[in-house]
Amino acid sequence: MKALVAVKRVVDANVKVRVKPDNSGVDLTNVKMSINPFCEIAVEEAVRLKEKGTVSEIVVVSIGPKEAQEQIRSSMALGADRGILVEADDSQLGALEVAKILKGVVDAEQPQLILLGKQAIDDDSNQVGQMLGALLGAGQGTFASEVKVEGDKVQVTREIDGGLQTVELSLPAIITTDLRLNEPRYAALPNIMKARKKPLDTKSPADYGVSAVSKLKTVKVEAPAERKAGVQVKSVDELVEKLKNEAKVI
Amino acid sequence: MSILVIAEHDNKALNGATLNVVAAAQKIGGDITVLVAGAGAQAVADQAAKVAGVSKVLLADDAVYANQLAENVAKLVASIGVGYSHILAASTTTGKNVLPRAAALLDVSMITDIIAVEGPKTFKRPIYAGNAIATVESGESIVVATVRGTAFDAVAAEGGSAAVEAVASQGDAGISKFVSEEIVKSERPELTAARIVVSGGRGVASGENYHKVLDPLADKLGAAQGASRAAVDAGFVPNDMQVGQTGKIVAPELYIAVGISGAIQHLAGMKDSKVIVAINKDEEAPINAVADYWLVGDLNTVVPELVSKL
Repeated sequence: MKALVAVKRVVDANVKVRVKPDNSGVDLTNVKMSINPFCEIAVEEAVRLKEKGTVSEIVVVSIGPKEAQEQIRSSMALGADRGILVEADDSQLGALEVAKILKGVVDAEQPQLILLGKQAIDDDSNQVGQMLGALLGAGQGTFASEVKVEGDKVQVTREIDGGLQTVELSLPAIITTDLRLNEPRYAALPNIMKARKKPLDTKSPADYGVSAVSKLKTVKVEAPAERKAGVQVKSVDELVEKLKNEAKVI
Repeated sequence: MSILVIAEHDNKALNGATLNVVAAAQKIGGDITVLVAGAGAQAVADQAAKVAGVSKVLLADDAVYANQLAENVAKLVASIGVGYSHILAASTTTGKNVLPRAAALLDVSMITDIIAVEGPKTFKRPIYAGNAIATVESGESIVVATVRGTAFDAVAAEGGSAAVEAVASQGDAGISKFVSEEIVKSERPELTAARIVVSGGRGVASGENYHKVLDPLADKLGAAQGASRAAVDAGFVPNDMQVGQTGKIVAPELYIAVGISGAIQHLAGMKDSKVIVAINKDEEAPINAVADYWLVGDLNTVVPELVSKL
């Protein structure tokens, strides 16, 4: 079966972002960009399913600027077969518009498994997979920590607040990955070279009949309130004293 | 304004998170209706009817809602939600699973994790792991949003007297099935609602040591226990204890971080705590930058000493 994996180019997880002085957004000039960590887990899962013989082809799609090619190429270096870049100003698109574009890609490619990360670490929305599920009328296994494909069904173990829940979905189905689903591999140099030769199509949102910009408008972006500087205590006695008499929390 | 709040529950009792969502709904202002979708969930509806500020409770009682499968619940929420100006749910794994699906069925955008109400259509929410706060204005006819519970003080669970009205089930979407559930049992307070949280990180070195060192402290303080991602990934404790951007968001009165360095992803889950204490052997640990009090020392001697002096 075919698997489609959606990946997003985001600011690297280790970068401490700074808010622009004019409060229009976060300053991303000269900041290291990477594949969203949850998307990387989705690529890895697809590759593992291919290694098991469950999946025969992996298509990677990214919606974003031209530079998102880099994230598609790194997914190919991990084992994806081909890529689709939907070139768009992703700051104009909300989760709903992204889900609509992905629906267009799914309609064209007809994958049985659609893998996404549970959330992107830039806007922290955690919406696209669920919205795509609604638009396709397909089942969704969100926050997946285990995926088992059996015939025309997939069993997904999900991380929920109290523990774990397992659901069974009919294919085609959407899976959004949680951290503990797998540990992504590193791309080997020969695979990085090979990935350069794999096919990569470029499309636009209009190719899928989507042109709308999000109806959510970001009015301003601020730095979070600073905490007042704390103090180092020298002993347990001092800590207990401070907690009792100064902070009054115990 | 008419606001639909999706109740969070286990078919027996209303989850406290719903009370925080009702509080956010009151900030928006308007008539508040609570939807209880469940199986044999009359008791939950009765509880919801008593919540202060709620004017009506809708109960959709059907086996297809027993396990809160998103495919079925979202269909119900979308069919009922058309008549409302706002649809809100808690930012729990259930709320996050169901609400975006319902929003897409309604063809409207959604706002995740609101932490402040600035106006009926304007909200604040954290982005970039809490390193920036965005003010977002919705141009949609229906505002669909999840609410970060720790940002709103819960309304009273008693005092209301809303009428409970049955609503028809939308049936089974037929594309998903519940198989099983494994709920971690704990005698301690729930992590997201606890007044005091004691968390351990990689520095506790093992699962055995986590319990040896931190259990007595949590017992003494009546605290919930949490962990950093490093401690969860290393297998010291189950993943539902993880505090952080990708785990649970907590804002207790007192958060004690033991053997936690303070990575960005962890801070996103706890930096709104009222008082933060860090116990770490590293003087340069980033956690100290957000801590009100930090103590440099070996957790294996410091924590038992702390327990003995409390």
